[in-house]
Amino acid sequence: MSSRLRLWVLAAGGLGVAVLFVLACFDLPAFGGLRHPYGDRAVHAALARHTANTVSSVNFDQRAFDTLGEESILFGSVVGTVVLLRQTRDEGRLPPEPATVAPPVRRYALIALPVTLLIGLYVIAHGQLSPGGGFQGGVVVATALHLLYIAVDYRALERIRPVGLYEVADAAGEAAYLLVGTAALVTGAAFLTNFLPYGTFNTLSSGGTVPLLNAAIGVEVACGVVVLLARFLDQAVEIESGDRDDEAEAGT
Amino acid sequence: MSVLPYLIAGWLFLIGCYGLATSRNLIHAVGCLAVCQSSTYVLLLAIGYRDGGTAPVFSDIAPGSRPVVDPVVQALTLTDIVIGATVTALLLSLVIQVAKRHRTVDPDELSELRG
Repeated sequence: MSSRLRLWVLAAGGLGVAVLFVLACFDLPAFGGLRHPYGDRAVHAALARHTANTVSSVNFDQRAFDTLGEESILFGSVVGTVVLLRQTRDEGRLPPEPATVAPPVRRYALIALPVTLLIGLYVIAHGQLSPGGGFQGGVVVATALHLLYIAVDYRALERIRPVGLYEVADAAGEAAYLLVGTAALVTGAAFLTNFLPYGTFNTLSSGGTVPLLNAAIGVEVACGVVVLLARFLDQAVEIESGDRDDEAEAGT
Repeated sequence: MSVLPYLIAGWLFLIGCYGLATSRNLIHAVGCLAVCQSSTYVLLLAIGYRDGGTAPVFSDIAPGSRPVVDPVVQALTLTDIVIGATVTALLLSLVIQVAKRHRTVDPDELSELRG
């Protein structure tokens, strides 16, 4: 298909979608309206279960099974990336060179590293109380480790980042989520029921299983992001493509 | 204009589709897909908004003292963002392999099969 024809097909499809979408928009509940039946019920359920952060309650209690699916997608895509970005037979591995870093960059990155790590752990631990939780905090923790790459060099990052260990921890995070869900079965409730005592409202131990599931997700997301970035950084820094392709092309 | 936020979501989706269809670079195409996906965030959050509403977090406000926005769509948006990030990572790793095997990231040049 020529690019001109392709644009015409796109214009026809886009115009159709646009017309239908605009018509649908005028039938939607008005923006900022007061009627949110699901929202009201979710807030009510979250307060009944002593979880101050309603979004966490929805994700890790009321819709905990959906979050299991979401977590499995995350896990699956980490596995997929590990498989896609592995070192192939025709590729060599160069040890990374030591790099020189400007002193101010080194100083501020090294100061920011422990602070970022602490913030990440705080966000994971307070997921049931304040905005945040395992997904957000996990990404912050993984970012903290990579400040070492900015502050020193790739070899320093590799020393604190045994990728195999993080891959195991990633799977362990996923398993922990399943185990918390299965523990509810032992008590006679349904899978992933919030079976623990709800605790005192607005304290760290409130929310029943919500903090536990948050911690499991935090471990999985932090380790998953570290593994993902490790694969991408390996491609950029260490793995050198072999010359088999060049020979093949020269031969044809 | 009470439908403006919804229309912005639709515009984001269409502009992302336009970018996908006319893209000459796979990395640019992955970025366009992210734009398409961000339209769903805008749509979800616009549907959940309540006039004068604040975040549905009750650690610093008393329950019932202020209107809060819909937490269900916020949780859905969080799910959406996580899936978007992982799918982007997976697609970018595919782009890396395509670039290695075919020495190009232009989708129009990727017509031939190679073993």
